[in-house]
Amino acid sequence: MSSLTLSSAVGETPTKPVAPVKSAASAPAVVAAAAPAAPVVPRATLGEILMPMLKMLLPPVFGLALFIGIWYVATLGASGLPGPVQTWNEAVVVFSDPFYQNGPNDQGIGWNIMSSLKRVGIGFGIAALVGIPLGFILGRFSFMSDMVNPLISLLRPVSPLAWLPIGLLVFKKADPAATWTIFICSIWPMILNTAQGVQRVPQDYLNVARVLALSEWKVVTKILFPAVLPYMLTGIRLSIGTAWLVIVAAEMLTGGVGIGFWVWDEWNNLKVEHIIIAIFVIGIVGLLLEQLLIQIAKRFSYEHS
Amino acid sequence: MDKFVNIENVGQTFDTKKGKFVALRDIHLNIRQGEFIALIGHSGCGKSTLLNLIAGLTQPTSGVLLCDGREIGGPGPERAVVFQNHSLLPWLTCFDNVYLAVERVFSQKESKAKLKQRTHDALALVGLTHAENKFPHEISGGMKQRVGIARALSMQPKVLLMDEPFGALDALTRAKLQDELMKICEATKATVVMVTHDVDEAVLLSDRIVMMTNGPAATIGEILEVNLPRPRTRLTLAHDPAYIDYRAAVLEFLYQKQAHVEKQAA
Repeated sequence: MSSLTLSSAVGETPTKPVAPVKSAASAPAVVAAAAPAAPVVPRATLGEILMPMLKMLLPPVFGLALFIGIWYVATLGASGLPGPVQTWNEAVVVFSDPFYQNGPNDQGIGWNIMSSLKRVGIGFGIAALVGIPLGFILGRFSFMSDMVNPLISLLRPVSPLAWLPIGLLVFKKADPAATWTIFICSIWPMILNTAQGVQRVPQDYLNVARVLALSEWKVVTKILFPAVLPYMLTGIRLSIGTAWLVIVAAEMLTGGVGIGFWVWDEWNNLKVEHIIIAIFVIGIVGLLLEQLLIQIAKRFSYEHS
Repeated sequence: MDKFVNIENVGQTFDTKKGKFVALRDIHLNIRQGEFIALIGHSGCGKSTLLNLIAGLTQPTSGVLLCDGREIGGPGPERAVVFQNHSLLPWLTCFDNVYLAVERVFSQKESKAKLKQRTHDALALVGLTHAENKFPHEISGGMKQRVGIARALSMQPKVLLMDEPFGALDALTRAKLQDELMKICEATKATVVMVTHDVDEAVLLSDRIVMMTNGPAATIGEILEVNLPRPRTRLTLAHDPAYIDYRAAVLEFLYQKQAHVEKQAA
């Protein structure tokens, strides 16, 4: 009986380092044999886990350190440009109270980001509501795409900011005008990518639909929409990237609240630290938006086979 | 029913950049109910074109096709197609792929539970009960093709049309699916038209083998009646002199009478 437990306990030690502790109580003879073997196993696995992580993290950390280093050295002279330490100290102050409100033109950075995101959200949302169905129509009916495509080719290269005066004229207010520029810049990628997705639905799937004689509703919901979804999400990702680029410029022109306005306002106050903070904030928010959409796209992508 | 599917003087011409291309001409064929027909010929001979015409996916340039006394005006679930590349929708599970077809055909008359039962039955028929909730990319090529067959059979079609259904599979899987298909046809008394380029497959499965001449302007060259008793098993047939004769006849047609594929095409 004792030899049986002993052999089983020894047999377990290489694979399960926890086992010797449990069996130690019932068979003390094992402890001596197991003790030297046990610590070896976790040390090896720890190294195996840490090494790739280190390899993955090291280059970006190195790049960031280099960037900050160059920044530090470059701002040592009296150029008026704040260095990393100065900016960091200022950032701590700015982020210690991100949601203060001292009248319409002096609000915390949190409010500024929120109102920029709100404009992007609204402009972008309306663009999706208009652009995606339009893309479906253009993809499905070649007459429509032949009719509209030259127009899109003409308008797409125009900077969305050129549309800002039109927005100001029509809406008579700065806020909807900024949203309007976001709408304009977001709609093109959504139309074009959706249309392309519809045109690229494999003929096989459409033949299935024809053989089953599916209703138009079923064709759209069960075949077209899922097949087009990855293309649509690419369009959405492209447009939210552009929208986030454009909002900064649009808000500089329109004023009010918003991260773009904040940049311009701090320039007028000559608070260059704040401008650098804003640059980082804009970058990080843009990165997060992009990552969010990549995750959504991953969730809805299916594997072709 | 002697003329369940009736193909009368059918021709198919395609407009191409180089002008008109005659794919098929003068096709006459009557298919009995419950009959298994194999269409065989070299690639490019228009056998898939003929199948698409029966499916209604394309319309003939001349002539007329009838199914159960009615003209074939377009595709429909009474002429189910098993596609060469299975054509399962990748965003639906195997169950949902079949259910989509079942729902289309039976939802007006039957309850949801009955529709689900039909779907389960169809997948059970091809031995895939265990894979019901898997997505197409999670299963093997042979299994996908079986789901495709289950989807087609679930609609209880008048005619089952198969476009080289086992062409992309390895030899062992193909043999297994051929055996399953024979059992299913035995059980359901299905009328089947199958495009194939595999001589053994044609002889093993068919009641008649329709051999097509080389394109362009392909037509039916010969029709071979396969009078082998059913149920057939590949092992006993391997030494059956009649089987060997049928096989030889098809080979002779393909490689002697219609041998010069490259020359004719060029």
